[in-house]
Amino acid sequence: MSDRVSADPGYDYLDGNAAAGPLSELFAVDITGARGRCAHCGRTDVLATARMYPNSHGLLLRCPGCTEILLRLVDTGDCVRLDLHGLSYLELRRL
Amino acid sequence: MRTGWNVAEVISVKSETRQARTLRLRLPGLTGHRAGQHVDVRLTAPDGYTAVRSYSVASALPGDELDITVEELDDGEVSPYLVRQVAVGDQLEVRGPVGGWFVWDPSDASPVQLIAGGSGVVPLMAMLRAHAADGTDAGYAAPFRLLYSVRGPDSVFYRAELAELAASPLVEVTFIYTRTSPPGSSTPPGRLDAATLATSVLPPTDNPAVFICGATAFVETVADWLTQAGHSPARIKTERYGGTGTRP
Repeated sequence: MSDRVSADPGYDYLDGNAAAGPLSELFAVDITGARGRCAHCGRTDVLATARMYPNSHGLLLRCPGCTEILLRLVDTGDCVRLDLHGLSYLELRRL
Repeated sequence: MRTGWNVAEVISVKSETRQARTLRLRLPGLTGHRAGQHVDVRLTAPDGYTAVRSYSVASALPGDELDITVEELDDGEVSPYLVRQVAVGDQLEVRGPVGGWFVWDPSDASPVQLIAGGSGVVPLMAMLRAHAADGTDAGYAAPFRLLYSVRGPDSVFYRAELAELAASPLVEVTFIYTRTSPPGSSTPPGRLDAATLATSVLPPTDNPAVFICGATAFVETVADWLTQAGHSPARIKTERYGGTGTRP
């Protein structure tokens, strides 16, 4: 991973892996390793495989199948809002 | 997992190429990390502006230290500082190591195929180093192959150490030079293609665990070629750096 520049608009996203840091502040376990079901198309996959679109105030995870939003994190500094309505479930393995 | 921001101290620096440098960081309280994880680094300007970037961990160390290798991007906000300015004794805000998916599990006995595009070699180097640590889990006896696509010999990270690792009968390292071949090489430089890829990696019949890391276009193209060649998508794990690079 490294500094990123959206030189090519077709490839301006990273993996869901890259959301592990911000999400680690909210969850006790690594959520990027959890399987989630897209509420829009029903695709079920590990969140690390979602497309992550970082922006100045948070991040979006989009379904790699239908590109709808799975997860939206907005960080205002003193408040973090997590919108999960694009996920119909999350499944975590017990270690 | 360490959550939230912590202060790390830079305890050593090492040039890898003209554009890249490895920083060894000490994170008090850290007790090792998994091969393939990354850390987030946050820089704060005097006016309060912050920039956060993710950097893969290159090392496989058991204690409170880890290495990140950073390549400078011309228009980067964070990498020029880390490559040109940070000095031993400086402190950095670090979150992590984090990430539980793009990691090598030493208890997995599967053969491993690593495929790097440029600086994408960094987390794969952590996996090679972890494998070389020679533990008792089944994975330490598994064959490891690295296919490393890089512009030229001057752009190779960890060259000497890769040569040492490749002396193991379990490890094979193959370079694809895309712009400049090494002096004396009879192979002209050229981008990786599907045919070269197929002959350079472990075959689908070995059912290898595949880790691909590089620029987004590189990763997507290589993953598609592997799937077309018969590798199961379920065995392929990817880490994309974003839109800075080109296709293979």
